[in-house]
Amino acid sequence: MTTNLADIPSNAADPAHRTPSARASRTTRTTGLRTPRRRPHTPLSPRRSVPLTLLTGLALVYALLPLIWLVINATKDEKGLLDSFGLWFGEDFTLWGNITRTLTYDDGVFVRWLLNTLLYVAAGAGGATLLAVLGGYALAKFSFPGRRAVFAVVIGAAAVPGTALAVPTFLMFSNLGLTNTPWAVIIPSLISPFGLYLMWVFASEAVPAELLEAARIDGSGELRTFFRIALPLLMPGIVTVLIFSMVATWNNYFLPLIMIKDPDWYPLTLGLNAWNSQAQTAGGDAVFDLIITGSLLTIVPIVVIFLLLQRYWQSGLAAGSVKE
Amino acid sequence: MTLLQTPAKAVAPPRPRASLRLRREALMGWGFAGPFVAVFGLVFLAPIGYALYLSLFRDRLIGGNSFVGLANYRQALTDPQFWEGLARVGLFLAVQVPVMLGIALLVALAIDSGRLYGTSFFRVAIFLPYAVPAVVASLMWGFIYGTRFGLVGNINDALGLTLPDPLSPSLVLASIGNIVTWEFVGYNMLIFYSALKVVPRSLYEAASIDGAGEWRIITAVKLPAIRGALVIATIFSIIGSFQLFNEPSILQKLAPNAITSDFTPNLYTYSLSFAGQQHNYAATVAIVMGVITAVIAYTVQLRGMRKA
Repeated sequence: MTTNLADIPSNAADPAHRTPSARASRTTRTTGLRTPRRRPHTPLSPRRSVPLTLLTGLALVYALLPLIWLVINATKDEKGLLDSFGLWFGEDFTLWGNITRTLTYDDGVFVRWLLNTLLYVAAGAGGATLLAVLGGYALAKFSFPGRRAVFAVVIGAAAVPGTALAVPTFLMFSNLGLTNTPWAVIIPSLISPFGLYLMWVFASEAVPAELLEAARIDGSGELRTFFRIALPLLMPGIVTVLIFSMVATWNNYFLPLIMIKDPDWYPLTLGLNAWNSQAQTAGGDAVFDLIITGSLLTIVPIVVIFLLLQRYWQSGLAAGSVKE
Repeated sequence: MTLLQTPAKAVAPPRPRASLRLRREALMGWGFAGPFVAVFGLVFLAPIGYALYLSLFRDRLIGGNSFVGLANYRQALTDPQFWEGLARVGLFLAVQVPVMLGIALLVALAIDSGRLYGTSFFRVAIFLPYAVPAVVASLMWGFIYGTRFGLVGNINDALGLTLPDPLSPSLVLASIGNIVTWEFVGYNMLIFYSALKVVPRSLYEAASIDGAGEWRIITAVKLPAIRGALVIATIFSIIGSFQLFNEPSILQKLAPNAITSDFTPNLYTYSLSFAGQQHNYAATVAIVMGVITAVIAYTVQLRGMRKA
């Protein structure tokens, strides 16, 4: 993303420089969080509309249809896949058998891929969130020399397509002896420019400077202040960054594709792709039912996390949403 | 506006302070920001520098690694395979991005209007595909497109039709466009919806008192209010289109004739480097691609942020 950084500091210290909407949003917020308010009954939020619901329902069908297809076809065996209608169940319901076969095929390699994925997500997304929170807090709450330069460089570099860095990163890591190890996937996942930006906006809004000042006057150390005072206030923002990093690392394909050659270190995405290559080659074991069931097993955990946490990050994203 | 304005009160107003305190604050600031900056240097700055270095050299069997100046760049700029791939993602961008953002905006406006039954269900369900890995999305759609046990094959059998094959060379780009749209429509919808949520409702009331109808409020109040979100989503989508890799790379197995190894600039870079071992030239193509992407994203940013 390319951005004009010229006026980062200009309105920082001077309230007169606040943009109108910043002022407007102040009136509706006490902190950076907006709790969803009940809409007043104005002429603008009138009766619910059936036609509009049906029309939006088209988008809903589009979004869910492939997932429904996946669930239905995970219940079929090879024969059922070939001779039954795609959007209805086949003669035999073999979902449990399919899951067992998926988990045990090739000495349980799928389970190994699942554990690898969990490792990459825990270390990569966890680390990325930690770094983004610390960095965003520093940019928002400390004036240190080089603060603006850090920000400019990070945002400028974020405009560089990630894949443009892939080849040189691979060569660098291979000189360092890191390729084909989990480190090659985890280390690049640690940096999320978007996460840093979100945390910076969020920390600016949600942690009042007066509160930190009061804590300092009371003699609380900087780290203690951060953990006891800032961290709880930052929670919605942290959950937002964590979700986005988790989805990104869980779904990562390009990075492990170039870094990992050893199937023992594959994440799920590479594993499924390898099964697909095998099924498409003549003479390979046609494991289409396993690919479909494996795909379903791959998305279930991330979808569950998503649905459980979505309540939290709605507010985080609203605060971090683009402000005029 | 700029995308990155310091929110009000980011930093306490300057006061006369002891220099000791300033120094302590600087130290603490770097202490908190240090870890991010260090890793950032390793995984962003170092590779960029290394790519630039690689692009100025060539590794020959005879003579080894030698400095060739801008020869790699000359080769890239006159490379028909590179330009074809670029034209393909350009076409993709011109069609897919407006369609996707258009649908996302309409859905966001519909959900924000409060006129739907089951608002939150709509919001979560339409966002759900974003959680699906590109690999799974491509495999799933690839099977659905398939004539063997895909829906397209089912429909053909059931109705005795011969629908055009979505994985044929002439249609495969549109089929990829559909997969990408499916994956990201909900994500963009959420960006727009979050921006709409923080627009003060009083503006709508004022507009309706002034006699503005529903559409007038959308065009005159809502869209200008979320202009920043529209620009950001456009920039993200442009960068994404130029980087197109995952979907064609996975569909390649299903449609080897339609998707060549230079189908997109990114696939081309990948095959140059990892199949052809031409790391220097691959780095050069990646840099040219990065520069083109950054320039276009920056242009959109400048035009988008100009007050209409």
